[in-house]
Amino acid sequence: MSVSGEQQTMVTVNAVSKSYRRGNQPVPVLEGISFEIAKGEFLALMGPSGSGKSTLLNLIAGIDTVDSGSIVINGVDIATLDESELARWRASNVGFIFQFYNLIPVLTAYENVELPLLLTTLSRHERRRHVEAALDVVSLSDRKEHFPSQLSGGQQQRVAIARAIVTDPAILVADEPTGDLDRVSAGEILELMGRLNAEQGKTIIMVTHDPRAAEKAHIIRQLDKGLLNDVSA
Amino acid sequence: MFLLKLLFRNAFRHRLRTLLTVLGITVAILAFGLLQTVVTAWYAGVNNSSSTRLVTRNAVSLVFSLPIAYQERIRRIEGVSAVSYANWFGGVYITEKNFFPNFAIDAKSYLDLYPEFVLKPEEKRDFQRDRKGCVVGRKLAERFGWKLGDSVPLRGTIFPGNWEFVVRGIYTGVDTATDESQFFFHWEYLNETLRKSIARRADQIGVYIIGLKNPQSAAEVSLAVDATFKNSLAETLTETEKAFQLSFVSMTEAIVVAIRIVSFVVIIIIMVVVANTMAMTARERIGEYAIFKAMGFQAHHIAGMVFGESLFITATGGGLGILLTFPVARKFGEVMGNFFPVFQVDSSTLYMDLVFCLIVGVIAGIFPTWRAIRIKIADGLRRIG
Repeated sequence: MSVSGEQQTMVTVNAVSKSYRRGNQPVPVLEGISFEIAKGEFLALMGPSGSGKSTLLNLIAGIDTVDSGSIVINGVDIATLDESELARWRASNVGFIFQFYNLIPVLTAYENVELPLLLTTLSRHERRRHVEAALDVVSLSDRKEHFPSQLSGGQQQRVAIARAIVTDPAILVADEPTGDLDRVSAGEILELMGRLNAEQGKTIIMVTHDPRAAEKAHIIRQLDKGLLNDVSA
Repeated sequence: MFLLKLLFRNAFRHRLRTLLTVLGITVAILAFGLLQTVVTAWYAGVNNSSSTRLVTRNAVSLVFSLPIAYQERIRRIEGVSAVSYANWFGGVYITEKNFFPNFAIDAKSYLDLYPEFVLKPEEKRDFQRDRKGCVVGRKLAERFGWKLGDSVPLRGTIFPGNWEFVVRGIYTGVDTATDESQFFFHWEYLNETLRKSIARRADQIGVYIIGLKNPQSAAEVSLAVDATFKNSLAETLTETEKAFQLSFVSMTEAIVVAIRIVSFVVIIIIMVVVANTMAMTARERIGEYAIFKAMGFQAHHIAGMVFGESLFITATGGGLGILLTFPVARKFGEVMGNFFPVFQVDSSTLYMDLVFCLIVGVIAGIFPTWRAIRIKIADGLRRIG
């Protein structure tokens, strides 16, 4: 499964296998997975629980390592990077959106969004400009001084999205981004992700159980028992 | 700045737990400070002893006296600048509870050897003129409300009888480390009375205090003094004032060692408490550390957060403990003034407080940091939700 000639490849997953150990027994999670994701693509990974979709997402995001095979993102084989290099690579290339938002509860919305920028060389003034722009994208400028506990689930997820995009990463990885939200909030978040994809050209890889969420994606890939079964556009 | 803000807010995320931990550290540092100050007070006499003075006593025991006739022979020894003498009197003022050290001294020479006891010239003159006169320390005078001219009765224990003295001088210490709780009166008064009542005990003194021309000659002068009286009826043992004071402290060394051990045990206990708090904190925040790592924060950032929080908590508790040590030690010193005439928080105690705070903070942070750094991001994220 390869990206068509006109489109630039963002992610190349090549013969990736991954297993975990349960006691002394290795439990295969992914077996020889290969596929490509084009730049600016919005991909949904679906499949039953335990099919390996979150594991695959983690491998692409560089927060877990492959047993065999390679993952090349924007020309960088991330399997060859050591822990420190991988951390720096994640900081500048990947934005994370989690099911439970994962905001730092003692920091305000503004401070949560500012967090990834602390790893850059930007001045305080420049950081402020970036944070305000990101909060503006998610329409939460008026809530920047609020703590996560003072925000609704949908608002918290929008703050998490602002945090994910504030460093202008090439890829956004989203693990069940609407899994903890009501239908209206979920719709708003998907709408926002769609806009980020369409207007800012972000490559989005989203793991979801929700077929309505998957509908927002350009491509849906099905995983089952560690194998990539299906692709639908 | 951001990290400090994060540390502060994280530290007070569980307010009650943090406040109890800070309180525990405060009490531990306070207890450590007080116990160390007790030890310092125990050694106050040793620490304040002069290097220019020697003390000569009977070689058999301090209980046995020396003849007054030794004074002139000692004075003639090379290196000796002055000689005075004193007798432990052991008198009781009204009741035994009112204990204070009281000595019969040579009024003409004794105070000249102790420049740390500051006495107004006219009071010194009045004291020397009045055979029944006495000089008392400022704290002692304040304790019993004595003023110049007041009559002070002491009941003799070593030297039986009721003894009347008139306060002719109140000395102050040259610094705060000087003992201001002593009582001095004329040895002549004691001796004359003994001549009449127990003649065989007359013309005897407890110790000679020898002033040195040069502190470096202490060893030679000591040997010379003891050699002078070798094979006499009352052989002497001469030592530096510090060694003399240490001989008293060594009698109670087991207590001092016990106090020291307890003070260190207190620190170890609080180290375990802080370590437990930090371990709980780290366990609760494993998911957050995974998020930080996912965003690109590295091991040293995470270590900074955990160690920083641990040090922040110990520094807060330690700082409060150190601040409280001063007023509590002052109050303690007032209450225990009979036993510890000099009860001051030593700078070395403060340094130890600070070092122990640092050690507790670092050690308490080691295990949680190790856990936080080692957590795999994917594993940490799985713990959320």
